[in-house]
Amino acid sequence: MQPLQLSAFTLATPLGAGVSATLDALRAGRSGLARCDFLDVDLDTFVGRIAGLEDHPVRADLAAYDCRNNRLAQLGLEQDNFIEAVAAARQRYGRERIGVFLGTSTSGILDTELAYRQRAPETGALPERYNYEGSHSCYSVADYVQRALDLAGPALVVSTACSSSAKVFGTAARMIEAGLCDAAIVGGVDSLCLTTLYGFNSLGLVSNRPCRPYSVDRDGISIGEAAGFVLLEKVRPETDSNNVMLLGVGESSDAYHMSTPHPEGAGARLAIKAALNAAGLAPGDIDYINLHGTGTKSNDAAEDQAVFSVFGGNTPCSSTKGATGHLLGAAGVCGAIISALCIQHDFMPGGLNTEHIDPALKSAYLLKNKQQKVNFTLSNSLGFGGSNCSLVLGQVLNRGSR
Amino acid sequence: MRIFIEGVGVLGAGLSGWPASLPILAGAAPYQPAALVIPASELLPSAERRRTGVPVKLALAVGCEAIAHSLRDAAELPAVFASSAGDGDNMHYIFDMLSQNGREVSPTRFHNSVHNAPSGYWSIATKSMAPTTSVACFDDSFVAGLIEAATQTLASSNAVVLIAYDAPYPHPLHAARPVSATFGIGLVLTRVKTDRSLAELKIGISRKTDASTPIADAELEAMRVGTPAARGLPLLAALAALCSEKSGPSEKASSEKIPAKICFDYLAGKQLDVAVLRC
Repeated sequence: MQPLQLSAFTLATPLGAGVSATLDALRAGRSGLARCDFLDVDLDTFVGRIAGLEDHPVRADLAAYDCRNNRLAQLGLEQDNFIEAVAAARQRYGRERIGVFLGTSTSGILDTELAYRQRAPETGALPERYNYEGSHSCYSVADYVQRALDLAGPALVVSTACSSSAKVFGTAARMIEAGLCDAAIVGGVDSLCLTTLYGFNSLGLVSNRPCRPYSVDRDGISIGEAAGFVLLEKVRPETDSNNVMLLGVGESSDAYHMSTPHPEGAGARLAIKAALNAAGLAPGDIDYINLHGTGTKSNDAAEDQAVFSVFGGNTPCSSTKGATGHLLGAAGVCGAIISALCIQHDFMPGGLNTEHIDPALKSAYLLKNKQQKVNFTLSNSLGFGGSNCSLVLGQVLNRGSR
Repeated sequence: MRIFIEGVGVLGAGLSGWPASLPILAGAAPYQPAALVIPASELLPSAERRRTGVPVKLALAVGCEAIAHSLRDAAELPAVFASSAGDGDNMHYIFDMLSQNGREVSPTRFHNSVHNAPSGYWSIATKSMAPTTSVACFDDSFVAGLIEAATQTLASSNAVVLIAYDAPYPHPLHAARPVSATFGIGLVLTRVKTDRSLAELKIGISRKTDASTPIADAELEAMRVGTPAARGLPLLAALAALCSEKSGPSEKASSEKIPAKICFDYLAGKQLDVAVLRC
């Protein structure tokens, strides 16, 4: 595929708001997970909750979109001068030439969950103030972000569970290639809600300790919440060598089971190979792999088989979910942004919370941070319904001049 | 963007598949509302079939019809799913359980709650490991799906199937989001013309200048306005007119009925223009 540049990016995760807070936490090996204190949830688990969202409303003129998910979107947009970078792109291309393609799995359904508790006793009706379009609607977050950034290009939400905000990179690349826009805001937002906490718990997939990806005693995920955004555009002539590029996107389906990955990681392997192929790179070119690495028995075993079958056991890899929790529909973009930081800072984060790597897993899983040249990364996102997406990022211009 | 349509599937009350719907949508037969019957998919294992709700069955049925029409193998085709609402019955059940003591959400209900549940079941049913995606764009979900599928078609050497579906929410969500009908469309799109191509589409986004193209029949028009997936009906009507012109005797008369351009509402201040051309 034609490389696209990541002209600006930002994120807000349980590690903190903004790129610096994220990088500092990863370097310090600090986790954003804490014992669950979200609303009245009575599960014995750890979550990555973003503090202060309750007091961080959406923009006043967009109050119709006020819900936890769009608040988190707003918090993310406000970091790292992202709004200014988008304003500059708007000057370059015009507001109708910039698309908005975002991923989410649960959108603002927390509002509906709470509204169901307040149904009228006689009629069962939802409370008057309940607003479906601004919260629950799957499209709500892209609608909000498009308005908040004053853009008017094509827009949609991709909702493919935990691969959502990786797959939007593919959508953006195709939209730009087809000439429907010149640049795009891609990313994803997913926020804590009862459906995912109790739902994953019902599947026996939630750990009662901070999640331990690749550990011999791993026993499930810790759920987190996050927003991540990237301004993606065609490579500009004046782009400097520190700019990270999207080089490849690979997508596939498991065709196996709704909530269990293919045991040999056959779908993940297809996505990884497709991403490498799109980037025109060989497995040996990849310096670091940001794994999906959720910390469930089945995900890590399947993903390890896929990764080992393509890369062998030497390419350094890790999961950052011990730090951030599983960010679900925001996992893909946050994995991509962390990978971009790895490239910019020649840094690889060690996976947190894991003491003893499962001897059955054969990939080169990092338990400690590593400072080493990183030119090219691969990040994996694997979701329910067998939806897989891998992204290849890298610096391709004259790196020596840095 | 220029693409070709090679196969069509449709299901809605009184629209039982493409062959039966073609004369109705072409205006040659009256529309008669009838109870919607979704053909059971033989592709899903019975254990999986029992776990699925209306949206999954609907999506599978229209997707399979369109692909059978195109004489292609579903296992090889990337698939784009577009829906505004997803599975409202399933979500209602989960919200109801979460509002009660115990909060016991069934694992199957939970994995069926993801917006991409139909695409997950689709890939299991068709044994397709090709990419699938699931998009949403509120009332414009059909248009967003058509754009996504068209750009995928241009980027791919293979055909792509677009599957748009929606079904009403139960009470009390229905009052907050009144999706009016259960309706699904399947379209097989290709980048190059084949001997099975039904029509060529010229697709572009422009600033809003025109009203969206309506459907002549009042009841179908109500379905179009009230159901995001049914926003695609004018495209099917234009295809039906084209197909009946090919087979029918009164070429001149029916060709005059084909609009040069179909206009879809698309986001604030924009529209999607689709020219349906003979090929």
